Amino acid sequence: MSAKANGLGRWYVIAAPYLWLLIFFLIPFFIVFKLSLSDVATAIPPYTPTFSWSEGIGKFISQLDFENYTFIFGDPLYVNAYLSSVKIAAISTVLTLLVAYPMAYGMARAPKSWQPTLMMLVILPFWTSFLIRIYAWIAILKPEGFLTMFLMKLGIISEPLQIMNTTTAVYIGIVYSYLPFMILPLYASLEKINPALLEAAQDLGSRPWRAFWQITFPLSLPGVFAGCLLVFIPAVGEFVIPDLLGGSDTLMIGKTLWNEFFNNRDWPLASAVAVILLLVLTIPIVLFQRQQQIERESGR
Amino acid sequence: MNKNFSWFNLTSITFGFAFLYIPILLLVIFSFNESKLVTVWAGWSTKWYSALLENQALKDAAWVTIRVGLVSATVSTVLGTLAAITLVRMGRFPGRTLFSGMIFAPLVMPEVIIGLSLLLLFVAMGFDRGFWTITMAHITFTMCYAAVVVQARLQDFDKSVEEAAMDLGATPINTFFQVTLPIIAPSVISAWLLSFTLSLDDLVISSFATGPGATTLPMKIYSQVRLGVTPEINAISTILIGIVTIGLLLAAYVTKRQTERSERERRKAFGAAG
Repeated sequence: MSAKANGLGRWYVIAAPYLWLLIFFLIPFFIVFKLSLSDVATAIPPYTPTFSWSEGIGKFISQLDFENYTFIFGDPLYVNAYLSSVKIAAISTVLTLLVAYPMAYGMARAPKSWQPTLMMLVILPFWTSFLIRIYAWIAILKPEGFLTMFLMKLGIISEPLQIMNTTTAVYIGIVYSYLPFMILPLYASLEKINPALLEAAQDLGSRPWRAFWQITFPLSLPGVFAGCLLVFIPAVGEFVIPDLLGGSDTLMIGKTLWNEFFNNRDWPLASAVAVILLLVLTIPIVLFQRQQQIERESGR
Repeated sequence: MNKNFSWFNLTSITFGFAFLYIPILLLVIFSFNESKLVTVWAGWSTKWYSALLENQALKDAAWVTIRVGLVSATVSTVLGTLAAITLVRMGRFPGRTLFSGMIFAPLVMPEVIIGLSLLLLFVAMGFDRGFWTITMAHITFTMCYAAVVVQARLQDFDKSVEEAAMDLGATPINTFFQVTLPIIAPSVISAWLLSFTLSLDDLVISSFATGPGATTLPMKIYSQVRLGVTPEINAISTILIGIVTIGLLLAAYVTKRQTERSERERRKAFGAAG
């Protein structure tokens, strides 16, 4: 409370990060939106200003040009890219949950003295370069890679595996790189569960499996929810993984945006792709914000 | 707890960590491979590391990356700490919801969107794209991570210590530097290290924000990875993994010592009182 007493100083503290984020995070979205309404041109920068704010609101409205949007919705390539990104992200999120849950559960049950080390082992890959971790999978998944060699030596397969440059490789890549984002919130919620609850259930004759579904799992739902959003939202717009591990038939919108921007140099169209992607992600992002808020308030 | 730790738990942890670490271990091991083939072992060698030293373009990129990392991590830690104080200590103020939204949204926002929007901002403002635009872009997304790290620590500690200092006549600024900052110092260090490594790793946002002349290490690595797997990339990756591992272990050590010390002091204080 007393920190609030100092009126002017308080505003200085708030103003610096606030202004920074307004200028570098919020305002740019409006610029993206504005640009998505203009045309591509062979100039530097490569677009024509369709309208200027100074000519009055009537002129402004009459000049709005939704050509890029009608183009995106008219071309099945873009529509499919959005749909397949959401599908790939959703499937990967479920797979990540399936891999992460037993791990987080095991970590929460591990002896207390192990837990800081286990946490550290989960965090370390998260701090290691994303690009490098994806790169590491190329050597494993490619036809003459480690996985094929290993399985051939065991005699399980006789032909090289065709995983590299397929959507399967993209699933593996997403599960692998986003695993820590899922484990950490799961672990946080599992670790809080009072073991006495499970003991009570056991004493009353409940089988472990039933106790798990009726007590542990419902209590871990906030962690499941947070983890799924932390994986799903960025995965929808993922670029590096589909680009390096996916094939030509792996459609993902992040890659489409990148190609429009860097290869076709169509900045207005890339902006329109970004605006629609943002709209697709609005609901999950708002859910994530609310979840964080609840978490923060209950953490006090 | 321990009696619940079954074979099932041990197995799932073991497989989980094998999945997380085997790819990284293979990459590190094969950076010491004699052969140019990345998947066939031909004996130990450090020749790919010496090849790196002769690659001037790579060294230039590394230098750009380190400079961007140092500047952006420092600014982002300052802004992130202020943001954390705003979130935890400032109560309600107009625009608070928008503020917390702007802190948490970048954590999940796809990088292509952040990258594109920042680039368009830089173009609209007429900035020359290069070192400074990459740095500003990195400050923007890393400060949100920094804010979250510091915020967690600020929430944990007892506010009455700050209030006591101010009751005894310390100004808010004095209180911050003499009471708050020493307590949250480990999280501020972690925030700096996290910002630095995030900046070191970033490919997508840098690719949008850069202009001719400024190439960062991940951009260099990416353009080579597209051409195929080479032992040189394994070597440079190993060096980066080494730096990050040492940094993280250091941060963990600092935090551990700090908690031990404050625990000791607390016990002493209680002992004296009792």
